[in-house]
Amino acid sequence: MDVLSHVPDPEIPVVSVVDLGIVRDVRENPPSVVITTTYSGCPATQVIQSDIRKALDDAAFADVKIEVALSPPWTSDWITEDGRKKLHDYGIAPPPKGIGAPGLKNAQAATCPRCGSIKTREISRFGSTPCKALWQCETCREPFDRFKCH
Amino acid sequence: MTANEAHFDYVLRLADDGLILSQRLGEWCGHAPALETDLSLTNIALDLIGQATLFLSYAGEMEGKGRDADKLAFHRDVTKYRNCLLVEQPNGDFGRTIARQFIFSTYQYALYQQLSSSTDRRLAEIAAKALKETTYHAELAAEWVVRLGDGTEESNRRLKDGFEWCWRFVEELFVTEPGDAALVSAGIAVDAAKLRPAFDAVLAATFAEATLPLPKFPRPVTGGRKGHHSEHLGHLLAEMQFLPRAYPDAVW
Repeated sequence: MDVLSHVPDPEIPVVSVVDLGIVRDVRENPPSVVITTTYSGCPATQVIQSDIRKALDDAAFADVKIEVALSPPWTSDWITEDGRKKLHDYGIAPPPKGIGAPGLKNAQAATCPRCGSIKTREISRFGSTPCKALWQCETCREPFDRFKCH
Repeated sequence: MTANEAHFDYVLRLADDGLILSQRLGEWCGHAPALETDLSLTNIALDLIGQATLFLSYAGEMEGKGRDADKLAFHRDVTKYRNCLLVEQPNGDFGRTIARQFIFSTYQYALYQQLSSSTDRRLAEIAAKALKETTYHAELAAEWVVRLGDGTEESNRRLKDGFEWCWRFVEELFVTEPGDAALVSAGIAVDAAKLRPAFDAVLAATFAEATLPLPKFPRPVTGGRKGHHSEHLGHLLAEMQFLPRAYPDAVW
């Protein structure tokens, strides 16, 4: 797990695959790493697998199998506290926790990661990656990414 | 048709709907009315292609003839495709694209809700994951239906035209095929006809908010599930399949 916590997400390198909750389990017998995907079509999926493989190889864990699990489906609730802080410091508003299923129109206003204002609005439901939406702060006027509740 | 063939055929239908619609939505890349809509349509396409890959991989394993997701997507001819006719229709204008998306995502949402409790564990897992993505698609499409319908005279007219064009393909979404009965009674497949009330309820509520009249019922067109497609699908596949067919061993 320690090795994996240094594997950055290819799209948001400030957080690791462990921070995002992509690594689900590390098993000893037989040695394997269980990962999941955030969104079905996330283009980073293959890169994540090869990055994990390389990190394992570099740490001399050559015989570890990587398994991809579909269930239970990934949720943004699995992003760690540490991961949320890193996202915030990087300028991405972390998703509110405990929302669970989407379909809530992401109604809860995001907090601006720059000035802390809660007077914010959604500009675009979809953003630069499947996991983010575009928001804007009404107070400091800065646009920012928000990690979607999922 | 053996039980295994019927099962394979059913999974292909689930896969092909998403695959073909994602290819259509991809045509909007760089052409949508605004950057935000461009991002939305292509992100929906990305989710659908991801779902299709999961379904196709499963179909390939089930078939046991060594075909993987790529092989099934790029080396299958038009008559072997099992998608509904709605998703292969040309994009038309933005109004028609939104009408098509609203119809499809509303249907797919109801479908995945049921499929996530399928006795086929693999299908249930894919559906549970995909349902979260489709929730977002259905919501976005419904918002645009309201915005265009309750917008200007022009946007209202275009959306109405879009729905009228798409409406002939709605019936097919709720048709069951001969091989389905056994799959439905085994709890593997969803009884498509039973999805209609949920679909109609969302439709009625959204149309009321959008100040749109419910579409008239033209003579339905069906056949996609049997491989009887409109001429549009062949053109779409020609573009989608060109590279892997012309350069079979190409990698990147």
